[in-house]
Amino acid sequence: MNFELTEEQLMIQQAARDYAQRELIQDVLERDANATFPAKHVKALAELGFMGMMVDPKYNGGGMDTISYVLAMEELSKIDASMSVIVSVNNSLVCYGLDKYGDEFQKENFLKPLASGEKIGAFLLSEPEAGSDATSQRTIAEDKGDHYLVNGTKNWITNANSASTYILIAQTDPAKKHKGITAFVLDKNSPGISLGPHEDKMGMRSSDTHSVMFTDVKVPKENRIGEEGFGFTFAMKILEGGRIGIAAQALGLASGALERAVAYAKERKAFGTAIANHQAIAFKLSDMAVKVENARNLCLKAAWLKDKGEAFGVASAMAKQYAADIAMEVTTEAVQIHGGYGYVKEYHVERLMREAKLTQIYEGTSEIQKIVISRSLLR
Amino acid sequence: MKILVLIGNVPDTTTKIKFNADQTGIDTAGVQWIINPWDEFALTRAMELKEAYAGAISSVVVANVGSSQTEPTLRKALAVGADKAIRIDAEAKDAFFVATQLAQIAGEYELILAGIEASDYNGSAVGGMLAELLDRSSVSAVTGLDLKDDKLLVTREIDGGNQHLLCTTPLLAIVQKGIAKEVRIPAMRGIMMARTKPLEVIAPVESSYATSIQKLELPPTKAACKMVAEDNVKELVRLLKEEAKVL
Repeated sequence: MNFELTEEQLMIQQAARDYAQRELIQDVLERDANATFPAKHVKALAELGFMGMMVDPKYNGGGMDTISYVLAMEELSKIDASMSVIVSVNNSLVCYGLDKYGDEFQKENFLKPLASGEKIGAFLLSEPEAGSDATSQRTIAEDKGDHYLVNGTKNWITNANSASTYILIAQTDPAKKHKGITAFVLDKNSPGISLGPHEDKMGMRSSDTHSVMFTDVKVPKENRIGEEGFGFTFAMKILEGGRIGIAAQALGLASGALERAVAYAKERKAFGTAIANHQAIAFKLSDMAVKVENARNLCLKAAWLKDKGEAFGVASAMAKQYAADIAMEVTTEAVQIHGGYGYVKEYHVERLMREAKLTQIYEGTSEIQKIVISRSLLR
Repeated sequence: MKILVLIGNVPDTTTKIKFNADQTGIDTAGVQWIINPWDEFALTRAMELKEAYAGAISSVVVANVGSSQTEPTLRKALAVGADKAIRIDAEAKDAFFVATQLAQIAGEYELILAGIEASDYNGSAVGGMLAELLDRSSVSAVTGLDLKDDKLLVTREIDGGNQHLLCTTPLLAIVQKGIAKEVRIPAMRGIMMARTKPLEVIAPVESSYATSIQKLELPPTKAACKMVAEDNVKELVRLLKEEAKVL
């Protein structure tokens, strides 16, 4: 057992920290208020290699391990989870999916520009009536010989407008239910694709979320990922990895809130002394620190298993459920420690609290994670 | 032209400094190490120059004096873009010792860049000493550095203004903040490439120390700042007289 990070992992952690604390912090409040997409940060982070960190360098990726990815996600999320969800979707859903299951044509044409961050991607699984129950896909991809014809609606799609490439999960054989689900990669500009309005969200406000409508969209046969019927397994496998990214995001929200709470508690005085000297506050900080440390260990353990090529589905479910739930608790306590100041936007912690809420919902709710975990116990 | 950038390995600037038991050095337990910020400005400018004059500048090499524990700092410099690193394997105890060690490798570089000070012991002496040992010209407080044909355009800060110099090589420039745009964050590609770049370890030469630290002391803690309402001059005068005792 070894808890030490390598020199390279530390360098990546520091690079992400430097970028977040120097650059993301500058306009994060403004972007949150106006729900503006962080285009310039996406470009800068792409140049630094954060958009396709784990992809093989021969496809323009950074060739780094999942532990480095967790470290980077934590640092970015301490400051700006709207930015980090863009990084997470591109890395662990889109790039990972194509890197692991795409064929050579798909890697050359779709993965390369995504891994370099020249383009970004979106992952289209959820539907208006199929969220946690991903088996109930209603979007249909009908085999028309040399192409598929897609009709249907996808919901809650992160990067929907800013992405150039979509990974789409659709039903190719409804009679087979989830065994008739198939995955595709396609260009967002394909004729017949239209977007719903920008969702006005509680948090993560500068990531762009829309519903996406498909009306007779032609998808070439060579864009199908794997065989027909592989889509559900594909989606579940991708989400196992995706959970590590969102777990690390939740961790970052919690550890960012803890850092702010510690700094504030040392500075703010009440009854003649810093509030950190009051045990009511000191014990809160202690409880928060233990939760953050537990979440970090769970995230790193899941990443470590993935890097070793071992099964990590249950570990990533544990990391995601725990980190998301404690992110909500820790950010809420950080607001409480800040008192009235915590309730105003300038002090950031109310934003972290709003953002933490989504980590319990997307890429598998906390309840879905508990299904994954309990099924592994009761098998 | 080959550029050598001197790299100091110093505690992260946010470190809470504690001293060792006999108060002659910094307690290094739990300290995170970084490139000395002024050396990082120098390195950044070297990279900017290499990018702007790819034909004229053949390589940027970084060097330090230190144990193997300082290698992560050198590898960060490689990740940022330096072509090669040299570590002289000895403990960097004082400026004269460090300058003597560096003198054995520095002669072949037409341009040497040193940070004007270091954020640890703040000796501000290595650059000047090295120039003397190499018997070459040096310019200090450099805030601007550019190539002009085979010469160097150097801007240095002087009292109340700037001095612009045209210098021949070889030169040692002691640089300060303002020399480079923004210090660079290493990209993933750079971090990956640093794996295969050379990091040469050289044995130290015989040398003595010119100084030894007798005792380090922390500055007295600053008293808390008191705010006085703008219309309450009387109170301000009273505080200056009775508490600060400066009137």
